[in-house]
Amino acid sequence: MSKQVLLIEDEPNIIEAISFILSRDGWTVKTHSNGADAVDIVRERQPDVVILDVMLPGKSGYDILRELREDPDNANLPILMLTARGQTKDREIAERAGCDAFMTKPFSNADVLETVRSLAAK
Amino acid sequence: MPRDTLTGSRIRERRVMAGLKQSELAKRADISPSYLNLIEHNRRRIGGKLLVDIAHALGVEPASLTEGAETTLLTTLREAATDTEMTEAEFARVEEFAGRFPGWAALLANSQRRIETLQRSVEALTDRLTHDPHLAASLHEMLSTVTAIRSAASILAEPGDIEPEWQRRFNRNIYEDSARLADTSRSLAQYLEEADTEASETNAPQDEVDAVFQRVGFHLPALEMPGASVDAVLEDLGQGLSQSARWLLHRILSRYAEDAKRLPLSDCADVVAAQGSDPLALAQRFGCDAARAMRRLAQLPDDLLPEPVGLAICDGSGVTTFRKPLPEFPLPRLGAGCALWPLYRALARPMMLYSELLEQSARAAARHRTIAIAQPTGPARLGEDVLFESHMLIVPEPKRDTAEPIRQVGLTCRICPHPSCDARREPSIMLTPEQRKF
Repeated sequence: MSKQVLLIEDEPNIIEAISFILSRDGWTVKTHSNGADAVDIVRERQPDVVILDVMLPGKSGYDILRELREDPDNANLPILMLTARGQTKDREIAERAGCDAFMTKPFSNADVLETVRSLAAK
Repeated sequence: MPRDTLTGSRIRERRVMAGLKQSELAKRADISPSYLNLIEHNRRRIGGKLLVDIAHALGVEPASLTEGAETTLLTTLREAATDTEMTEAEFARVEEFAGRFPGWAALLANSQRRIETLQRSVEALTDRLTHDPHLAASLHEMLSTVTAIRSAASILAEPGDIEPEWQRRFNRNIYEDSARLADTSRSLAQYLEEADTEASETNAPQDEVDAVFQRVGFHLPALEMPGASVDAVLEDLGQGLSQSARWLLHRILSRYAEDAKRLPLSDCADVVAAQGSDPLALAQRFGCDAARAMRRLAQLPDDLLPEPVGLAICDGSGVTTFRKPLPEFPLPRLGAGCALWPLYRALARPMMLYSELLEQSARAAARHRTIAIAQPTGPARLGEDVLFESHMLIVPEPKRDTAEPIRQVGLTCRICPHPSCDARREPSIMLTPEQRKF
């Protein structure tokens, strides 16, 4: 069975592009666009890797990340954060909250693919 | 204490004003004309009996020869020297510089002011870039759209077969996203253009208001009449000011109008004529609080008072919200002044009236009586904390022997020569490295 990525992002065309490249690489891609219940969705789906946007409706990506890390089942879940700001401050917040990788928009497809692969291999 | 080397220049000025020849004045003061010449060119120090004699010969107060009105200029020049590599010896010659090259000194001081203004503009613009929610949202939107376009475009551009259906989809996405990007960037450009007109007024609002009072003075006849209109005065004085400065000015003018209504000008004149610049006499006569009386004294026309008075008001955070400096008691243009001022000490003991003689030690130390009180900014409300603000009235005080203690204070730490001071929050550029040791 192929490995599963859960993409939590609210921009439909980014969802479509990332889903396409990851699916083509052999991943099963599930997507979710709302921050408020994102933590529940992660628990339900139990993905191998999560791609998490910072700016989400309902709840910020940082808060979702912190909640996941407090949950013993998800304390070690590989998580890639996406942000549109890319200031050092954002990276610091994300790293302190416990993300495994961090990417600023606009990123390249190749980088996303490579990062997801390396996170899954951990 | 910094060496005062300007006395000679002042003597010369007074002599010329009095229409006296050098030789005449020398004769009256019982010295040789060549010696007077040296004195007038600041080449010889002068003090004691000779100074008194010359002052007498000129018919002026000796103090007027040793205490010039250049305090503000010198302060600014010293600030200009902050954080430079200037040597102690060179730094000590600031008064000589101001005396010998008044034009250049004024130019340097103006440039220093201009630099401070520009620095503030840069800070304001940086603040705007970092904290402006509209800008942040626009940027986020643009970056998201660009990301979507980039991802879709690179899928199409990369080698490898893509089913026609997906091709069409990504083409359509790129088309849609590019239209969105065009919209966002257009609205962003428009926003920045509007922000640009605002940015031309990036002076601190407090500075703009200060400039208004510098221009028109602190007495506003238009607000002294019964039924005076604050809006009309704001319309007149607020021309060309930024929104924030107008807001500040409106607050000050409304207060002025209320003060003037409660303490009519002619009645104030009577009290001052009888009792001088005494805010407590005024407060007692009108049954108002001391802060209002202090503001009122600072609003009166100069010719009504024995001598012009200064006023500083700060809020609970210590930030100056109103400043009326005196020539010999400057108030810092930015940030807070000396923590020893009763203005700030009053905040720790609300409703306690401080009265204290101060000498600002940065210069030939003119003496001032300060009266300060911290009062609630509004009425008391059930179960709610009140906010306090502090007023300090500054009244010039002649130097004479007194049993009353005189507190040596500074202006701001950076240019304060006190070698050891518990209130110091920043090292001084006026001290030698040894004195600066901690």
